[in-house]
Amino acid sequence: MEKRITFKGVWLPLALIAPQIVITAVFFFYPAGQAIWQSLFIPDPFGLSMTYVGLGNFEFLLSDPFYRASFVTTAIFSTLVTVVSMGVALFLAVLADRLIKGSGTYRTLLIWPYAVAPAVAGVLWLFMFNTRVGVITWYLGQLGYDWNHVLNENEAMGLVVVASAWGRISYNFLFFLAGLQAIPRSVIEAAAIDGARFWTRFRTIVFPLLSPITFFLLVVNVVYAFFETFGVIHTITSGGPQQATTILVYKVYSDGFVGQDLGSSAAQSVILLALVALLTVIQFKFIERRVHY
Amino acid sequence: MATVTLENLKKSFGDTEVIHGVNMHIEDGEFVVIVGPSGCGKSTLLRMVAGLETVSAGTVKINDTPMNDTEPMDRDIAMVFQTYALYPHMSVFDNMAYSLKISRVPRAEIEARVAKAADMLELTPYLKRKPRQLSGGQRQRVAMGRAIVRKPAVFLFDEPLSNLDAKLRVQMRLEIKTLQRELGVTSLYVTHDQVEAMTLADRMIVMTAGVADQIGAPLEVYANPKTAFVAGFIGSPPTNFLDAAQFGGSPAPGTQVGIRPEHVRLTNGGASNLEARVVYAEPLGAETLVHLTTPDGSAITVRQDGALPVPEEGSSHGLHWDAEHEMRFSEAGQRI
Ligand SMILES: Nc1ncnc2c1ncn2[C@@H]1O[C@H](COP(=O)(O)OP(=O)(O)O)[C@@H](O)[C@H]1O
Ligand SMILES: [Mg+2]
Repeated sequence: MEKRITFKGVWLPLALIAPQIVITAVFFFYPAGQAIWQSLFIPDPFGLSMTYVGLGNFEFLLSDPFYRASFVTTAIFSTLVTVVSMGVALFLAVLADRLIKGSGTYRTLLIWPYAVAPAVAGVLWLFMFNTRVGVITWYLGQLGYDWNHVLNENEAMGLVVVASAWGRISYNFLFFLAGLQAIPRSVIEAAAIDGARFWTRFRTIVFPLLSPITFFLLVVNVVYAFFETFGVIHTITSGGPQQATTILVYKVYSDGFVGQDLGSSAAQSVILLALVALLTVIQFKFIERRVHY
Repeated sequence: MATVTLENLKKSFGDTEVIHGVNMHIEDGEFVVIVGPSGCGKSTLLRMVAGLETVSAGTVKINDTPMNDTEPMDRDIAMVFQTYALYPHMSVFDNMAYSLKISRVPRAEIEARVAKAADMLELTPYLKRKPRQLSGGQRQRVAMGRAIVRKPAVFLFDEPLSNLDAKLRVQMRLEIKTLQRELGVTSLYVTHDQVEAMTLADRMIVMTAGVADQIGAPLEVYANPKTAFVAGFIGSPPTNFLDAAQFGGSPAPGTQVGIRPEHVRLTNGGASNLEARVVYAEPLGAETLVHLTTPDGSAITVRQDGALPVPEEGSSHGLHWDAEHEMRFSEAGQRI
């Protein structure tokens, strides 16, 4: 039997969870509530009065081709970020797992990118790929490739994906490595004796046993790609060229703070919120079934 | 069917040598048990035969073919691990069928072979379960099943029974022996339990600190231990060791006399080799173990028939044994 600690009374438990509740209320419930409220109005240009429009903001948004394009952009962007950051992290973790002794240093080095703020990461990548002075741009030029993400939409997307994924790799790596090291050595050895070579073992034993971690990382990384990549996009492309990298969360910002269309921006936040909730539910409902705990 | 040969096999981890040169030839169909205290290198030796550990020096041969550089999957062996090492996400059926699927055995044959093994091991009702839904004994059987469906040339067992309770251990011991006889597969079995070794082995290797002290049939090893370690390790209660100097003569300093508990008799009057005082007695029904101390303070255990009167604590008795049962060991522990 697991030993449970119980608290008598009401006040102590309340006091213990209060900080968390307060933080959630101030930084999540309050703004979310305000966004839902604001999404029903259109403020006048001077912000002095608001006109109630019901679901007008939503109707307008859904018929706006730019908004629908942003959906597609977001889908491509978040899929790529998730696949790249998890794929590279898993690959590195498998390599590190094979030389466990050296992995102390390896691990420390790989965790560094995680400590870099997204906006700073964006600036780093921007410098390397700067169309005039970037190191990598120069090397690509030497190889005869003319890199210009300011004009080329695919290159812009590639760059923000790489910059966003890069910061996540270390986080994912740590989880994958921990997961790999939790698989009993003898299970892998048994599979080797049973005739499975490296790839077969990976496919039939290692990957299935990692599935709870993979699933967790999938949820976390999708949420990351949806929201926290704002800083990267803002510093590298500002959503351009031609909205090619304007993901939904960036559009909330550019329509609301740059375009000053607060009603539409609020409606977009609400849609985004609903979308992430929906995605998470789908992930839990359909993917979790295939996870072996 | 296969023979296994170890030639001057050595293993070092870094600068520490843990196996110091073991030689052994295992005949086709033979059941050989490696027995020794924890940490003496039994698992390491077995893992070198399996190919899970590289060989530092010497040669592992299966069917006279050197195997040092052969991958585990190409050695035609099966291994049962102490922790069973079942695949936790697969059903019992899939656990047993795994190796057959990998070697692309036709589906019908896989099913037939798994069904046969499951039947032998009484696992048929559990084929659809996951390992975590099984008891310890059942998991152990699945691990056995996984080994036998493959029809390997050699079985390797690394303390397969040590995670079971005492009763189940005795039962499984018998089953493993029966199964091995039936299948006739050459087997190498590691255990720290000398009773297990005695009951299972055709021949056993008694190991200590990376050295094979003695190799031989269990009763032969028991009757004729070559070193003090073997005499002390094989047999329960263990052999008594006494300083040879107290029996007169002038043996080399450090010489010890070993005498098995069942060879010592308590005498009251009559010929005796030694006087000793009873510390306590353990009447076990069929037999009684009497623990005594000799005048020089060494402990000695006597095993006597349960029908004889149980000696009182604190009483003094003469101890007698026949000269032919005396085993003498040099200071270095070698039999003289
Ligand atoms: N991978 C390893 N690295 C370093 N030392 C090891 C390793 N595996 C085993 N040893 C050492 O080798 C010795 C023998 O170990 P082992 O074969 O597991 O003993 P046993 O199975 O007889 O209990 C022990 O002293 C152990 O500490
Ligand atoms: Mg061991």
